[in-house]
Amino acid sequence: MKETILDILAMVKPGVDFTAETAIIDKGILESFDIIRLVSLLSDEFDVEFTAAELVPENFNSVDAMERIIRELED
Amino acid sequence: MKNVLQLLERSASRYPNKIAFADESDSITYGEMQTQCRQVGSALASAGLCGARIAVYLPQCIQSLVAAFGVVYASGCYVIIDRKMPAARIASIFDTLRPEAVLTDAQGAQDIAQTGFSGSVLDVSSLFGQEDDALLRTLRQNQIDTDPVYVLFTSGSTGVPKGTVISHRNVLAYSAWFCEAFSIDDAAVFGNQTPLYFSMSVSDVYGTLRAGATLHMIPKKLFSFPVKLLEYLNAREVNTLYWVPSALCIVADWKGLDYVPLSRVRRVLFAGEVMPARQLNYWRQKLPQAQFANLFGPTETTDICCYYVLDRPIADTESVPIGYACDNCECLILREDGTPADEGETGEMYVRGSFVASGYFGAADKTQSAFVQNPLQNSYPEPVYRTGDLVRTNQYGEMEYVSRRDFQIKHMGYRIELGEIENAAYAVAGIKTAVVLYAAASDRVVLVYSGKKMDTADVIQTLKERLPAYMLPTDVVRVREMPYNANGKIDRTLLREQYAAQ
Repeated sequence: MKETILDILAMVKPGVDFTAETAIIDKGILESFDIIRLVSLLSDEFDVEFTAAELVPENFNSVDAMERIIRELED
Repeated sequence: MKNVLQLLERSASRYPNKIAFADESDSITYGEMQTQCRQVGSALASAGLCGARIAVYLPQCIQSLVAAFGVVYASGCYVIIDRKMPAARIASIFDTLRPEAVLTDAQGAQDIAQTGFSGSVLDVSSLFGQEDDALLRTLRQNQIDTDPVYVLFTSGSTGVPKGTVISHRNVLAYSAWFCEAFSIDDAAVFGNQTPLYFSMSVSDVYGTLRAGATLHMIPKKLFSFPVKLLEYLNAREVNTLYWVPSALCIVADWKGLDYVPLSRVRRVLFAGEVMPARQLNYWRQKLPQAQFANLFGPTETTDICCYYVLDRPIADTESVPIGYACDNCECLILREDGTPADEGETGEMYVRGSFVASGYFGAADKTQSAFVQNPLQNSYPEPVYRTGDLVRTNQYGEMEYVSRRDFQIKHMGYRIELGEIENAAYAVAGIKTAVVLYAAASDRVVLVYSGKKMDTADVIQTLKERLPAYMLPTDVVRVREMPYNANGKIDRTLLREQYAAQ
């Protein structure tokens, strides 16, 4: 799953190494409409539905965090 | 009143210790604001920068407002430059504007160096010294209300930015209407979404100064996180919103108000693009206590020239009217030959009155084609602004937006407004945002939408219920997400390049 998330991140913002990044949102690496795009790509790819409650910076600051929330939504 | 600084000074004397402006990390009282702006003004004036055009190149923060009003204290006019603008575009603006100086910070000075600008580049933080009361007083005495207060650059259709020159009189007249129309008083707390280089911010900033209200600049990053955004509004006790529809739609599309209610909000105002009725109805249902209004107008009328306060239910399939002219402003609806359009007949909107800008900076030809003699009388000179927007009155006598004049196309022999097709598309369940483009070379009408994946045939079938056959799109394209420009509006130029170039 990590690889797929990294592929999607590379589509949203090419040229950034997201592998070990833990403050993707807090540092402003991804901004406003990038994030909306990321969420829509993730929900299409993994067939999950994010609600406003999951749409918080903590869930998108790192690849691990994204994996965690997607697994939660899959259950 | 003749000078916008009188709005600041009046509030500073009434509410010296009240917060005027706040960003994420800082806040400033009216008293401090007045002192700091006078300090910056004194430093600029004693450096010989009186009555100058000065670019302000800072992040969206309190300091950018202090810099801007400092320029005005030195009897000059300010030009806010988007901090994210590419160097080439800044250079193109500077070619037209020929600013005498740029106010910025250390990092900004490096960016400005890349534009080839040769004038003085000043670090704002170095300008907080002594106030020179005598000098500022003299400068004020020599100013009149038709002097420019700022120049605001918007993208021109040819790609060369146009700088609209706005005078003190424009801002004073406009902000008087704004505060009156929406009962903006000292209890108002703005949650500011629009950047300072966008005309909508003029209502927030000068509405705040005039009323002695408080303005909170909302960090841009929150517009990706509806729950955090709404929590921020509650934490800052915001009760007044004046946002672009795209920002309101983010909250509605994620059903943000189901998670975080906004019990304090009393006014929800919007402008800048078409507000889809479905998302508006979500807001109205969640905030029954609030006043909702659709505002409409171009930068050339300071911000707005007409508005509609929602006073009846609007069906999801209806378009939201643009209503009636603002007080002290007149909107004329004229045919192509310059005669008044009949009730219900589509015509171009012309605006007359004190909100109308002086013209475009350093662009006499563009000024002449947009700021024209009132077609209804030729007995004395009276420039009116030709908006390029097609409108008509509906059965209630309210004005309705039809489309841009440039969007009116001829297709299969019919005159068609692309905006009408867009309105119809918004009524299709599953479509979140819709843009209709015309590829003239191939005579194709392209509907670009974001939302649920749907069969083109199903989309067309639904549109058939609302549109005559000749208005149906020839192509339907789904995009995962709409591109947005720096102002947060849908980037039509980009879409046209991608989907309607041929």
